[in-house]
Amino acid sequence: MEYLQTVDWSRAQFALTAVYHWLFVPLTLGLSVVVAIMETRYYCTGDEFWRRTTKFWMRLFGINFAVGVATGIILEFEFGTNWSNYSYFVGDIFGAPLAVEGMLAFFLESTFLAVMFFGWEKVSRGFHLTSTWLTALGANLSALWILVANAWMQYPVGCRFDLETVRNEMTSFREVALSPVAVNKFLHTVASSFTLAALFVVGVSAWYLLRRREEKLARESVAVASAFGVLFALATALTGDKSGAVIARVQPMKLAAMEALYEGGEGMPLTIVGAVGREGPGCCRAEVPKLLSLMSFRDPDAYVPGIRELLYGDEKHGILPVAEKMARGREAIAELARYRAAKEAGDEKTMAEVEAKFDPATPEGEEFLREKFAYFGYGYLENPQQTVPDVPLLFYSFRVMVGAGIYFILLLATVWWLNRRGRLAPKRWLLWSCVWTIPLAYAASQAGWVLTEAGRQPWAIQDLMPVGVAASKLPSGSVSTTFFLFLALFTALLAAEISILLRQIALGPDGAAGNTEPKKY
Amino acid sequence: MKAEGERFRREKASLPGRIVRFYVSGFREMTVGRTLWIVVLLKLLAMFAVLKLFFFPDLLAGKSPEERATHAMEELTERRIEN
Repeated sequence: MEYLQTVDWSRAQFALTAVYHWLFVPLTLGLSVVVAIMETRYYCTGDEFWRRTTKFWMRLFGINFAVGVATGIILEFEFGTNWSNYSYFVGDIFGAPLAVEGMLAFFLESTFLAVMFFGWEKVSRGFHLTSTWLTALGANLSALWILVANAWMQYPVGCRFDLETVRNEMTSFREVALSPVAVNKFLHTVASSFTLAALFVVGVSAWYLLRRREEKLARESVAVASAFGVLFALATALTGDKSGAVIARVQPMKLAAMEALYEGGEGMPLTIVGAVGREGPGCCRAEVPKLLSLMSFRDPDAYVPGIRELLYGDEKHGILPVAEKMARGREAIAELARYRAAKEAGDEKTMAEVEAKFDPATPEGEEFLREKFAYFGYGYLENPQQTVPDVPLLFYSFRVMVGAGIYFILLLATVWWLNRRGRLAPKRWLLWSCVWTIPLAYAASQAGWVLTEAGRQPWAIQDLMPVGVAASKLPSGSVSTTFFLFLALFTALLAAEISILLRQIALGPDGAAGNTEPKKY
Repeated sequence: MKAEGERFRREKASLPGRIVRFYVSGFREMTVGRTLWIVVLLKLLAMFAVLKLFFFPDLLAGKSPEERATHAMEELTERRIEN
């Protein structure tokens, strides 16, 4: 009981850290590129207006970067403290992308960040512009490696289990880095972050237009950000569609849960809106016939398994019941326990027998790994229902994300068109919509991560390790205490960021009112 | 005169010296950045000094690779559910 509480508190703490971390990251990723585009215009035209505009947005980027920096370190820190079994079991694989991120991307980003902020008067325009682009590249490369690591947890490939070290070891960096889940996750996450940053710039600019302040800066910023935003909002939709098709193949239970698809079949419809419950499909569902099959398998008549088929099996479509997977997983764990006992007793004959089963080079080993060890994590489950994630949470998160995404495309396209024709400023209701869309952009971004992470429960690593085994045995009191400490710390940081940002936006590009001297950072 | 002296010193300084001066003058001229540095330092202090020292034991620290493997094997086999 104490241990279950620890697992729940560790999950809550990790979720809390990730949610707060993700409040800072997407703006850093996207605004770095928007700033680089604006500085490129300054470099090409030599117009001081673009220098002033770039420096203003760069200041907001700097505030977000500084307040958000190191919240990601806490996540990595929690892997070692709260999830030590997980860290040891897969550290060889998971550590590699994180190490690349630390050594390459973070240093690239932090080195050129200094030139970007301190170098305006000290380096040439070309070198400064290069530094700004390299900072943007570094930030996005950081995201790439973190997302590769996350994707591996959702779709563990390119590895083999080593019985001697009791670790999964990497066999192919290429397979890990270029898995379809990793590629799509990176493209979708970055595109959505760029969209969020575009909405932030449009929203802040709209506020200036409402106040009839800095109107040229606001109009030109809207022109850049809305075009950039439309492009990446469309890219988010396209990569999201591809992500859905990938999930259908590698995490079918996540797809079934996010669609609240309790009964599967051929030619399945996509639910646009509706109400769902934990025990059944709910009511009042507006559906588009065959669309789920089409989007999942590019075939309107394709078979899509539902929660029932995934739980109890479907022989016709080659789906094993979870109970069978649990039995196979327990056989794999029993072999591991047999090896441990034999090692302690010095029984080399039994050790050799078990080693042969875990050796992929032998036919016996190849079969054992495919038929038994592939379901290793299921061996720790107490009942098949544990493999079903929180259906209402996923169903509604998905619809918040997609609904908001469609609204962003329409809003950004409308704003771009009206601004181009010089008719945006009088549309005060639209300007207010732009301002209030900033928090909606964050909500949509968070909903995407809720879908991703809550959707893979109960797995820390898909099919290999449930969260209950991944967690460290810590006193639940320690974890709950630190949960509330983190909550207080992150909330204070968020309040600090919002307060500093709002003050700087209110002061405008030239700093304090009446002060025309450009501000330093 | 002062600016000329500064330029002269910059031109004469070695590359490491110029880099150090670049950072020193950058930090010295910060305004908003000072507040941000306070935020960053407070955050790092809370994370590492308080949380790491007082709350979380490192379960694998100080163990040899064999001891770590034994610990992981115990964790993976002791949490199993019998058929």
